[in-house]
Amino acid sequence: MFVPAKCFSLKTNNYKFMSNDINQTITRISEIIINELKLEDVTPETFNPDLDLIDEVGVDSMDLATVALVLRDEYGIRIDEDDYPKLTSVRIIAQYIINKLGDKE
Amino acid sequence: MKTVSSLLDEHWYERYKNISRLNIRSSIYDVTNRCNLRCKGCFFFSSGEHEVAAEENDMGKWREFVKKEMDRGVNLAILIGGEPTLCLDRVEAFYKKLPTFCATNGLIKVPRDRFPDMMVGISLWGDAEDETILRGKDTFKISSANYEGDPHAYYLYTITPKQLGKTDKIIRKIKDVGLKVHMQLLSNDEKVDGFSWHPDELIAVRAEMDGMLDAYPETVISSKYYHEVITTGKMLDRSFGWMECPSVTEPLDKRNPRPKRLISFIRWSSELQTMHRCCTSETRDCSTCKDGAAHMSWVMVNKRAHIKTTKDLQNWIEVYEMFAKLYQFIPW
Repeated sequence: MFVPAKCFSLKTNNYKFMSNDINQTITRISEIIINELKLEDVTPETFNPDLDLIDEVGVDSMDLATVALVLRDEYGIRIDEDDYPKLTSVRIIAQYIINKLGDKE
Repeated sequence: MKTVSSLLDEHWYERYKNISRLNIRSSIYDVTNRCNLRCKGCFFFSSGEHEVAAEENDMGKWREFVKKEMDRGVNLAILIGGEPTLCLDRVEAFYKKLPTFCATNGLIKVPRDRFPDMMVGISLWGDAEDETILRGKDTFKISSANYEGDPHAYYLYTITPKQLGKTDKIIRKIKDVGLKVHMQLLSNDEKVDGFSWHPDELIAVRAEMDGMLDAYPETVISSKYYHEVITTGKMLDRSFGWMECPSVTEPLDKRNPRPKRLISFIRWSSELQTMHRCCTSETRDCSTCKDGAAHMSWVMVNKRAHIKTTKDLQNWIEVYEMFAKLYQFIPW
């Protein structure tokens, strides 16, 4: 079952991004993708962060839009649609989010 | 977790990668409310869509509208009607800016000096007898003369129950004039006597469509999985209908849960402000809709549902390739 990881939530005004630990971000993004796209036979821990989401997982632009909305709410950042083609793996998405959060500070 | 490469050999994986990033975003545009034919069973006139809104006649507004559509992310304009070739200036407004497909009955030739590589889909509703019953004349004679050998034109052959056993003759005629053909099925919106599908006829037409693809692989642009889906209305044990259709105009789509759908898809009237509900008639019963584009889009938007077995994924690839060929995102 999907359980939001509150330690990463940036929804509240006084909350600051707790860690730039990319591994934690990767695990959380993997969890979101698995949940939102209803992927079977995989867990956040076993999801390969370097797996090509389009060429291997079969993610399409509607999937990316769905995930982007959840990431926006989770991290308080906007993912430009023009950036979707670049977001080809969980690791790349994690780095993208960390960079965006860095830009906000 | 099943991955794409774990299900496909190198040849199929390459085919997958050739289409996986195309990101086609189409919308449909009624170019005009007028037509030079009145076909029995044409959803546009039978459902009164030609009277929904007045046409926009200001060409400046058409050009402005196309720009707005591009800003909205549309990268494939599908022009229907009425008969688009009655308003070539409007067609040109799209063609100059976007990959454009123009559906036509073929009675007026698209001037190739003005539209050298625009994809043209010529409607055909059967042999001379059926064409005369349904459309008032045998259009093939005229359209085939207009488009013989044209590498950017193909026939959209709407098969009716009365065409069972006759498709070979039609497809051979199309092959003989150097054109390609894509097959679809009549939905018979006007309930013309004898033109509604019975279950046994749908089984028979599927076998006949498969046979045509086997017999004329260079002429017929199709896939057996598409034949299965359109004749049975089933995909992976799911039934086609309103809650599954991907071709619903996005701003009017209030379905909950929202199914996998075409992103940013809108079908616009020729007034350029009014939106139609979907790619076909609002009065049509979705559970019996046989719209070919809606069915192939249904497969295409459900990619991950097909990443279960090698056969499922190969089926998906073949349908996507068929669509990409019909709109020339990949070569024939």
